[in-house]
Formats: sequence, structure tokens, C-alpha cells
Amino acid sequence: MSNIRKAFEKGKAFIPFITCGDPDLETTRKIVREAVKNGADLIELGIPFSDPTAEGPVIQGANIRALAGGATTDKIFDFVRDLRRDVTIPLVFMTYANVVFSYGAEKFISACSEIGIDGIILPDLPFEEKNEFQPICRKYGVDLISLIAPTSRERIAMIAREAEGFLYIVSSLGVTGTRSEITTDLASIVKVVRENKDIPCAIGFGISTPEQAKKMAAVSDGAIVGSALIKLIEKHGKSSVELVGEYVKKMKEAVTE
Amino acid sequence: MTNGRFGVHGGQYIPETLMNAVIELEKAYNHYKNDPEFNRELTELFNEYANRPSRLYYAQKLTKAVGGAKIYLKREDLNHTGSHKINNVLGQALLAKKMGKTRLIAETGAGQHGVATATAAALMNMGCVVFMGEEDTKRQALNVYRMKLLGAEVIPVTSGTATLKDAVSEAMREWTSRIDDTHYCLGSVMGPHPFPTIVRDFQAVISKEIKSQILEKEGRLPNAVIACVGGGSNAMGSFYHFIEDENVRLIGCEAAGRGIDTFETAATINTGRLGIFHGMKSYFCQDKYGQIAPVYSISAGLDYPGIGPEHAHLHDIGRAEYIPVTDEEAVEAFEFLSKTEGIIPAIESAHAVAYAMKLAPTMDKDKIIVITVSGRGDKDCAAIARYRGEDIYE
Repeated sequence: MSNIRKAFEKGKAFIPFITCGDPDLETTRKIVREAVKNGADLIELGIPFSDPTAEGPVIQGANIRALAGGATTDKIFDFVRDLRRDVTIPLVFMTYANVVFSYGAEKFISACSEIGIDGIILPDLPFEEKNEFQPICRKYGVDLISLIAPTSRERIAMIAREAEGFLYIVSSLGVTGTRSEITTDLASIVKVVRENKDIPCAIGFGISTPEQAKKMAAVSDGAIVGSALIKLIEKHGKSSVELVGEYVKKMKEAVTE
Repeated sequence: MTNGRFGVHGGQYIPETLMNAVIELEKAYNHYKNDPEFNRELTELFNEYANRPSRLYYAQKLTKAVGGAKIYLKREDLNHTGSHKINNVLGQALLAKKMGKTRLIAETGAGQHGVATATAAALMNMGCVVFMGEEDTKRQALNVYRMKLLGAEVIPVTSGTATLKDAVSEAMREWTSRIDDTHYCLGSVMGPHPFPTIVRDFQAVISKEIKSQILEKEGRLPNAVIACVGGGSNAMGSFYHFIEDENVRLIGCEAAGRGIDTFETAATINTGRLGIFHGMKSYFCQDKYGQIAPVYSISAGLDYPGIGPEHAHLHDIGRAEYIPVTDEEAVEAFEFLSKTEGIIPAIESAHAVAYAMKLAPTMDKDKIIVITVSGRGDKDCAAIARYRGEDIYE
């Protein structure tokens, strides 16, 4: 069984997204530990990419700061290896197809397995192209996480049936970033998933407040938050660690209520 | 292999949010490409509105000045809106209209594709938003004004290097947020399937015309067809109907910027390697970790870190050659063609002219070269003046 399942065993999951190396890897290390301490059930670690086409301005900014700060795939592998000395919750990478492809898919995915990464999320790798990496992911026991969007319609069942780890349900049209309102009928999407596969569903894109997180978790198995958290890091930099901790605590409480 | 492959290249590496949009586009295209009514309307637009067929002009003075092979110019610069971009745009806008879309979005580098899209949108009563790198809005201020005049909204893109690649990224982001009424009118033979095929098919009118025109004038095929390559749409259009004619050399001219041994270059085939970006697998300028390189060329239209997947494949199988041409060589050719023939080419097209001027003297007088002059150079005059140290106002 996938290690990722553990994140969903203690009720609804809260999943923070953090870009590695924003503003530096030392700060990311502290933020990850603080998030774990405050109840994060799974953490999405972003490997920065120069041209993140699925991201809104906030996460684009984090990618730019991390690259400017010197974060590279190799340094992030070392960073995760170090994290795994005490962090036991599931960890997944979120990055873009070229970061994996260019490094060498087998070299990248085997490294993930070796350092303790449980899954990979690639927003520019749809169902039709997943064979680019899936056979290698299976070989090394790393889950290739699939995404479902508000526009997926008749594709939901097909994607769900072959999904691994958990399903990332994109709440709204557009790119990542906070939204005042989420109007997609997510309960219906989750229902179709459930009819096709027993797999946890977490909702992301646009969630920033505890109220939103609570609503999203109510119709799924968990909530994913990126931009709202990255905004804290953008504003407070190295001194954001405790603020992130408080935020994670508040959000975790909201999803468990 | 999955959808839309050219050898290993191509594919559909896009967010799930866009998958149904490209699947619907492919279905609609497969239907309309064989629809006589669609083709009749498109031909009428090409001929009556865009001024096709474009001339195949024997450049006698250039031929004499350079010495060697006979040089013909395929005059895409004489099309309405001043470049080959209108061919693809009329096709896609008509298709979008048939699909019930009411709004076009587009990226643009030099502004030629943006102007063409704004033009088609005006003609067909559609809304239009054009994304253009902020850097390019400065280099090509006149085209920004033209787009606005045509009723389009121009959004300067400040992310990344604020050039063509960032404009593509931003247009893709916009498309994921508004799909129902919006068609992304991609300007080159790039991006996710089916765009590389659709754009190629609409641009293939160039090689179809060259073939019949040269047979009429010379009674034989050319020895070489030369075109500039950024994403590669005018080159793909110029090559397409000659791919099976193996004696015709197909030569794409890439923007080498300040040279392929410098970092200030956009010569993808010569300096890039295989990658996945902007929806496709192809060659890209990138670092060892796959971060896309901040490329450079004097030409805003060739200033792109990738190349269309069909070109990447033609390179792999050795069917086409891709030659780097520097800023300096292109500017010299820009000036030379203006003086010898009275034709001011786009700085993009000047890259092709520059290599033809090197190649022609190595060939016999009975050989034939066709250069596609993809666009007119009026838009570039201020930038070239600045390159030569003269500060003029447009």
C-alpha cells in the first residue's frame, strides 16, 4: 500500500505546498518541520521551475526567488535526505515535466525512492502522457499523482481508475492562487471518483481561509494550500517559520472539525 | 506513442484543465479540414482579403550581386498585415468561429501574429486579447498601437524574461481560466497537439504556391528552400510540400543572436537539447537541470527557446538543416536586400536572406534558391537604426 494513504488515515488531511529554497533551503527546512509539528499530514515540496505555466503570480514568485537563491534539483535531493532523519509524514514533489525529464527520468525517480519521496505531481503531464514516467515510477515505488479539473467531465472515471497515491482535484479553472469563491460542483466530481476507485481525494487551487478548507474537506478527504502559505513566506522571509506554523495549525483544525 | 507525434517529438504536455479543449479542437479541425464549405470560405479569405497567392519574385539584382544560384523571393511580406502570420490566423479564426467561440487570445513576439489575430478578430466580430512580453512592447511599439487600433486589448507580460516565451506561458494561463468562449490562436507550429499540425496545414499554402509558381517559371523544382525559424511556422509552411522531394534542400535559419558560443543566442537546434515545455516534447535551450534558458535575439519573433516538434523531427532524420545566423549577419542582409531590391524584409526574414547570400555563391548559376520573405521590415526600422547607433522616433 502506498505510504501516501497514511496521510488520510487520521481523518481529513491538511496538505501544505512549499517551494523548496524560497527564500533559501535552510528556511524551507525550518518551515517543513514547523508544518509537521502543527499537524500537516502530507507536504508537497515544490522543485522550482523557470516557467511554471500552471501557477499564478504568487507561486511564480516563489519559483523565481528559489532559483535566484541557488536551489537546484541536486541540492533539493540532499535537503530531503536530511529532512527524512526526523520527518516521517508522506512527502511528494510537485514540479514540471521538464525538471524530471531533463535530469533523466530514471535517475530522478530512483533518487526520489532512495531519499524517501512518496509521490510526484506534474501539472503538465495529463493522462495521455503519463507513460512518459509511470512505468519508471512503478519500478521504484513512487506514486505518480493524477489531477482532475473542473473541465474533466467524462475523463474523470478514466483518470480515477488508473490513479495512484491520491487524486489531486483542481477546484477551479485557471492557475494557482487564492480565490474569494469556489463554485465548482466538487462533490459530484468526488462521487464519480468514488464509483471508480478507492483512492483519497484532496482538493487544491484557490483555498486560503479556514472556512474554505473546511468546506473543501467536507466534500473530499483533504485540502491543499499553496499560494496563501507562500504569501506568508514572501512577506516575512526567514522570519515566516512560526507564522506558517500558526497558519497550518488553524487550517488543520478547520479541516478536522 | 501518444497523440500528435513527429518521431519522439510533439505530444500534449498540458494541464488537465486544457485537455478537453484540445480534444474538442482536434475533433473540430478533423471535421472542418475536409469540409468543402470551410475550405471555400478560407480560400476566399486568403485570396480576397489576405491578397494570396503571394508573389514568387525573381530577385535578379540580388542574384547578380551575390553571384551563383538564381534567387527567388516568396513574398509573404506582401500579404495583408505584412507577414505570413495571417494564413494561420484566418484558418484558426474561421475554425474558432465554427466552434462557436467568440473570443481569441494570442501570444506575440514581434507583434506580427498579434496584429494578424487582432485583424481577424475585427473582421469576424470576435473579442481579442494579445499577450506580449513587456520587453517586446518596447521593441515593437508600433505593432502595439496597431493591435489597439484594431480593437484588441494588449497585455504586457512582465514575468520571466518578458519576451515571447513568457507571452506563450501567459496566454496558456489565460486559456486555463477561460475556455468556453475562448480559442487560443497559437501563432506557430508549436505547443500541444493539434496546434503544430493545424498551424502547419494553414501555412502549407506557402509551399503549395511556391511549387506551382516555380514549375511555371522554371519548369523544375528549386534546389533549396530557405526560411527563418523561431517556433518555425513560415519555415514549416515553406517546407511542407517539398518534404517528399528529396532533392530539394530544406534550410531553416535560427537566430544565433550574438553567436552560438555565447549565452545570448536563441539557436535551439544548435545549442538546445531534448525537453518538455509549452505542451510539447522538442529541443529547448535549457540548463543542466532543465530550467529554460533566457534566450536572446535582435529579432523579437525568433527570440524563443524552443522549436516546433516537426522541425525537431526533420532535424533528427536529416531531412532539413538548421543553420545559425547572428544578429550582425541578419542586420547586414536587412540592409543589403533593402538597397539591392528595394525590399525591406522583416529582421526575422533577414536571417534567411543572410544565409542565402552565403549559400548562393557556392552553387552553380543554373541552380535555384527560394527564400521565404516571411514579413515586411517596416516594424524593424527603429530597432535596426538603434542597432546602428542612430536613435530615431517611430
